[in-house]
Amino acid sequence: MKPRETTMEVGELKRPRRWHILVFLLPALAVYTAVMILPLIETLRQSFYNTVDGQYTFVGLGNFKVLFGDPRWAADFWNALRNNFVFFLIHMAVQNPIGIALAAMLSIPKLRFSAFYRTAIFLPTLLSFVIVGFIWKLILSPIWGVAPYLMDLVGMKWLFAPWLGRPDSALIAVSLISVWQYVGIPMMLIYAALLNIPDEVIEAAELDGVTGWSQFWKIKLPLILPAIGIVSILTFVGNFNAFDLIYTVQGALAGPDGSTDILGTLLYRTFFGFQLQLGDRSMGATIAAIMFLIILAGVSLYLFVIQRRMRRYQF
Amino acid sequence: MSKARTSFARTGAVHFALIAYTLVALFPVFLTIANSFKSRNAIFREPLAIPTTESFSLIGYETVLKQGDFIGYFQNSVVVTVVSIALVLLFGAMAAFALSEYRFRGNTLMGLYLALGIMIPIRLGTVAILQGMVATNLVNTLTALILVYTAQGLPLAVFILSEFMRTVSDDLKNAGRVDGLSEYAIFFRLVLPLVRPAMATVAVFTMIPIWNDLWFPLILAPAETTKTVTLGSQIFIGQFVTNWNAVLSALSLAIFPVLVLYVIFSRQLIRGITAGAVK
Repeated sequence: MKPRETTMEVGELKRPRRWHILVFLLPALAVYTAVMILPLIETLRQSFYNTVDGQYTFVGLGNFKVLFGDPRWAADFWNALRNNFVFFLIHMAVQNPIGIALAAMLSIPKLRFSAFYRTAIFLPTLLSFVIVGFIWKLILSPIWGVAPYLMDLVGMKWLFAPWLGRPDSALIAVSLISVWQYVGIPMMLIYAALLNIPDEVIEAAELDGVTGWSQFWKIKLPLILPAIGIVSILTFVGNFNAFDLIYTVQGALAGPDGSTDILGTLLYRTFFGFQLQLGDRSMGATIAAIMFLIILAGVSLYLFVIQRRMRRYQF
Repeated sequence: MSKARTSFARTGAVHFALIAYTLVALFPVFLTIANSFKSRNAIFREPLAIPTTESFSLIGYETVLKQGDFIGYFQNSVVVTVVSIALVLLFGAMAAFALSEYRFRGNTLMGLYLALGIMIPIRLGTVAILQGMVATNLVNTLTALILVYTAQGLPLAVFILSEFMRTVSDDLKNAGRVDGLSEYAIFFRLVLPLVRPAMATVAVFTMIPIWNDLWFPLILAPAETTKTVTLGSQIFIGQFVTNWNAVLSALSLAIFPVLVLYVIFSRQLIRGITAGAVK
């Protein structure tokens, strides 16, 4: 009798209903699904619907056709898309090289005060866009005159112009403000990657006479490429989802003359309406769907092409 | 000798470059705070000077505290941020424990599903989120913001915490099971205390985007009673554009809590970002 009882017990213990797994997963799953995934799917679905003759109907790709080709929408949309790409390219061309340079300097062994530099340079990243936007708006304002005064000190006052107010320079100025704020992120991630390079690799390079600049270009840079890849995709997602800074500095109309309009501000105006323009749910959903596709394309490109091609260095 | 001299010159150049960039990073913040304590004339006459007994003035802060309900905005921001972080940590740790501890069908798929939100921004679902909040009467409540921020913070929290929970020793948990502890007790009493450092990292990561967000307060909770500090200062400054004292003081008030928290937690935060590479 006794042995049989034990085997039965063991049998039951092996396949009990493990309700606790469900209990552990349920809260996170419920909130995440209800507030993030379902609304995202619903938004994508609504981009295929619109109100025709007062009837809410399925219009297929009609909204997209209107957005790409209809004279009321197309100019604004292509303008925002182009500006968004410029916004992203300026980040890639300015933010990442500065970040790499700062990280390379900070990672010099036994550099004094490196913890202080690190902490100080990262500070702007924590400030909200609202603070950053207004501070720079004040500094660049010709009324206050801080920027021209400082430029006068280095003899470059003649270069000063109200950059934020000119259609040809506003986008660059706003992008550089954003770069100023975010340079801490590439700096930190690349700094960590540099510290993770094993000492043996560096010592071996030094024994072979590879030092200084050529050591950085030939040994370190290839080893931190994965970190640069991560930084690039984070920048991409962040830039194509940006809104706050432009809204703060240039307002919802992303002036002057729409020159700083990006997809985020266009989505806000379209969906929510602004001044005389009424909010349009279907077109808002359509712009959100485009943003989703762009971000998805970027992330897929990173995951399936760039990350796979990059050699994984195992230490 | 000459080698020592070139390396000395190189270190000098590096320090020069780093000091220059540190100035670029800190100067705007310094400028704002210094000028917020000056009289209007001094702000314009000598923007770069630090406040002296002559130019010292608190008129900007008086205007801000009289005109805007900044204390109310602060309370809203604190409530939203603290409750969201608490929920993200609790729900995130529970889900991370389930994913890292148990083998069950669909485990990997569940992990991938939860990780989707790391790369896809929650903002893209705003159209339907607003509709959902209208349908459930949650517009202009802090609950709406808390729900959104909890959903926004969960993916990264689950990802980081499950990586950490895999490193908790199995022997410890099995010893607990032998002693008759329930799975819940193992989670709350054995595992949670061990992953506390990772929880702190997740908390800091979750906090920054929530505290600084403008988009969702603007769309879901723009009412006077539910404004957060970020939205409140945005609107306040928009109204007082020409009152430089008030604008600079409002900015300084918004910077201040971030600055204090950063001074306290910078080590933790930097260690978190660099995945422990910085000791």
